[in-house]
Amino acid sequence: MESRKSHIFVGLFVVVGVLALLFIALRAASGSTVTAGETYTLYAKFDNIGSLKVRSPVKVGGVVVGRVTDISLAGEYYEPLVEMEISKDYDKFSETSSLSVLTAGLLGEQYLGLQPGFIDDTVGTLEDGDTISDTKSALVLEQLIGQFLFSQGEN
Amino acid sequence: MDSLARLGATVTDAIAGIGRALAMLLGAIIGKPTPRKSWPLFVQQMYVVGVLSLIIIVVSGLFIGMVLGLQGYTILVDYGAEQSLGPMVALSLLRELGPVVTALLFAGRAGSALTAEIGLMKATEQLSSLEMMAVDPLRRVVAPRFWAGFVSMPLLALIFSAVGIYGGYLVGSGWLGVDEGAFWSVMQSAVDWRDDLMNGIIKSLVFAFVVTWIALYKGYRCEPTSAGISKATTSTVVTASLAILGLDFILTALMFGG
Repeated sequence: MESRKSHIFVGLFVVVGVLALLFIALRAASGSTVTAGETYTLYAKFDNIGSLKVRSPVKVGGVVVGRVTDISLAGEYYEPLVEMEISKDYDKFSETSSLSVLTAGLLGEQYLGLQPGFIDDTVGTLEDGDTISDTKSALVLEQLIGQFLFSQGEN
Repeated sequence: MDSLARLGATVTDAIAGIGRALAMLLGAIIGKPTPRKSWPLFVQQMYVVGVLSLIIIVVSGLFIGMVLGLQGYTILVDYGAEQSLGPMVALSLLRELGPVVTALLFAGRAGSALTAEIGLMKATEQLSSLEMMAVDPLRRVVAPRFWAGFVSMPLLALIFSAVGIYGGYLVGSGWLGVDEGAFWSVMQSAVDWRDDLMNGIIKSLVFAFVVTWIALYKGYRCEPTSAGISKATTSTVVTASLAILGLDFILTALMFGG
């Protein structure tokens, strides 16, 4: 009987351990795929991406619609090329949409802000593999200060 | 010349010790699996090593989580960042305190008991009697204890982290008034499943291996006298604690340093 009792306790112990794992996995952690479900890929070229990282969110009006999946230098002039995955739920963005590198709060993480363009009979929608051409680079503090000092010197 | 000889003897002894410990471990875990015979032994040891350590793990996890919540809040509130209390508590528990404190408590609670038990078996010549009866003491005594320690410590570390996060939530949200929704959602967006949770589990697996191995080796090789057993038990706790803290630095540098 003694051994049966310890069997039960060991079983309970393992169950509690697995429950703890589930609690942490579901309640405290998030999977690496925030954009669950099907996605399509878009590209964008920037002059300067600041401190944008792989897995940074792509937001439309504050709502996360996708993630940055790859950052590399491309082309003859080595321009930063950002590859991102956008959820298939949002697949009607106009070709005239623009992207800018924004900062969450004063000192927060950088993310991509997607500004949907107008929809018209003459403009199509962004498809898988398309490149967004209208992009605005990250603000770099040193450059801002440099411009400010330069303009002060002229006066 | 004498001091040179002493240095040489120390180095040789240290290397021979590592070799003997490795030989003991390999002798214990390598061999034909006999699930019918060894499963009940394993379950019995899981009870002694794992279930009986549960209370100290749960209580200390709760209190460490509550202290983290309290300390974190008083610092974060100065910067108006008390919303970040959730990730602070969860990350420090999952990455560091969960595996390390569990391993330290485990070395004190279960490791010392393993050493004393095996040491006394050796002193009362139970291990030699097993060998006389053609039962391999490594397979019969050491192996189930090793596997029980190796399996139960990661589970204990997970329970510790879960209880600690709940303790941090109780203090932060229930007492100090951090918004409940922000507590969990900021935590969810900051804690990554693979980077934080899996690395914490890998850490506790490594610690489980090392602590159980040290405890069993110290017991198995102890001097078969009462003074020898007490020396071996002390040495288990000291060596295991130092090994945990040293390994923790190396593992943290490998996992989160790059």
